[in-house]
Amino acid sequence: MDARKLRADFPIFEEKIHGKPLAYLDSAASSQKPRQVLDAIREFYETSYANVHRGVYTLSERATAGYEGARETLRRFVNAPSAREVIFTRSATESINLVAYAWGLDNLGPGDLVVVTELEHHSNFVPWQYIAKRTGAEFRMLPIDDNGELQLDDLDELVGDGRVKVVATNLVSNSLGTINPVQKLSAWVHERGGIMVVDAAQGAPHHRVDVQALECDFLAFSSHKLCGPSGVGALWGRGELLEEMSPFNLGGHMIRQVRFEETTWGELPYKFEAGTQPIAEAVGFGAAVDYVSAAGLEAIEEYESELAAVALERLDEIGGVTTYGPPPERRAGIVSFNVEGIHPHDVAQVLDSEGVAIRAGHHCCQPLMTRLGVVATNRASFYLYTVPEEIDRLIEGVHKVKRILG
Amino acid sequence: MTDDLYREVILDHYKNPRGHGVIDDADAHAEGLNPLCGDEVNIYVQFAEDGETIDDVKFSGRGCAISQASTSMLMEMVKGRKANEIAELPKEELLDEVGIPLTPIRLKCALLGLGVLKVALHRAKGTPLPEEWAGLDELELK
Repeated sequence: MDARKLRADFPIFEEKIHGKPLAYLDSAASSQKPRQVLDAIREFYETSYANVHRGVYTLSERATAGYEGARETLRRFVNAPSAREVIFTRSATESINLVAYAWGLDNLGPGDLVVVTELEHHSNFVPWQYIAKRTGAEFRMLPIDDNGELQLDDLDELVGDGRVKVVATNLVSNSLGTINPVQKLSAWVHERGGIMVVDAAQGAPHHRVDVQALECDFLAFSSHKLCGPSGVGALWGRGELLEEMSPFNLGGHMIRQVRFEETTWGELPYKFEAGTQPIAEAVGFGAAVDYVSAAGLEAIEEYESELAAVALERLDEIGGVTTYGPPPERRAGIVSFNVEGIHPHDVAQVLDSEGVAIRAGHHCCQPLMTRLGVVATNRASFYLYTVPEEIDRLIEGVHKVKRILG
Repeated sequence: MTDDLYREVILDHYKNPRGHGVIDDADAHAEGLNPLCGDEVNIYVQFAEDGETIDDVKFSGRGCAISQASTSMLMEMVKGRKANEIAELPKEELLDEVGIPLTPIRLKCALLGLGVLKVALHRAKGTPLPEEWAGLDELELK
């Protein structure tokens, strides 16, 4: 994988920020888009766009082929057994809400346990907290150790002899970069008769995902963190579970037959795709998966891990800088840190004046921030287009922060 | 741009905040949260014998340089003035004092302290609370 060569595919890097070249270290929040994806969307709109399904004319057939082709690309990407188990949504958040509502409301009740982890993004925390409250189920949180890694040894004690119905975890922590042992969690929850829900929004762009190897039951991911357009995500779910579930959104496209007395639901995956979907975005999502796959997920992960190791080492050399999370060999390309006595917003603001874009805040992980004993952190995150000079500029920027505000 | 933002007077207030602390048994108090970054600020007010004049005012909490400096400036600005006057203090008066160009997101940092002070006065004295600050009041009452 040649990051410098790939970087040339991304028009955004021609932009100047405050007269300086852009150092984009916020890919964990959203990734930049290569020409190949932008071209695929434009070409689809220019040559193949119509509403999908049911249209008998040629253009609608073409649009349907594009949309369903993207679904098949996603199926291969996560190694799902069948494309009917791959549902397009608006985002990974919507994918998780779909499971929490459509599965949770019918399957959870008093005496059941819902377990999430201390590492969760609010997207995989709040829906479960809310649905647990609505159904009377108990909501529990699996803690992390000081390295930001899940304490699996605590699992049995956490639930006692309670009835575990669902464990929800992210594959990769968006705050600390921790890569979570999903397979082990799947085995554990299945032994107890519950289901495993995986938020792979942060994992899928950087780490090979295989739903069959993970042995999970649901897996949510999105396009925008994966070089694709915003506004589209996906949910993979085990066919037999999806079949049993009630629909989430109701309306056109998702029905078999509508009568005044009763409506029956369509087949998978359409049962969960009410209304006009983000069609061109789905096509762009497919193009993004092709782009990332061509670079190679293993190569991307290895490259990002090297960048993270360098960034961690160099940040740790700066006095008064604290880094958080596991050692580089067990983390994705995400580095969270704080500069002693200086608020992350101020760090990010000074870095911005140097053209360096990082994220500062709670990263939608307030329970984790509480655990770390901080209000917020700075986070630098990397992707396949990140070059080592960007880390040099991050380090120089942190020195400037200390000069101004220290 | 950063040099403008972190000009001398801002850094001075940030590093040596005026009125930083807590007033025990304060006559008015409110706590506010900036949901964007999780920063919290508490403001405590003590009135003079007339029950109207702000005799002492302090703030506590943590935050970025912009929020800390602007709240520090606010403490100096309101001391000795009347509650109903401060309830109607236009935010421009504080922003002029802060005197730096702020993006919409940093504007929230700069104005958090003023909002919390208005909520505190509203609760203690029933002074009007402009709609833009009503959310801060509800936030705490939850």
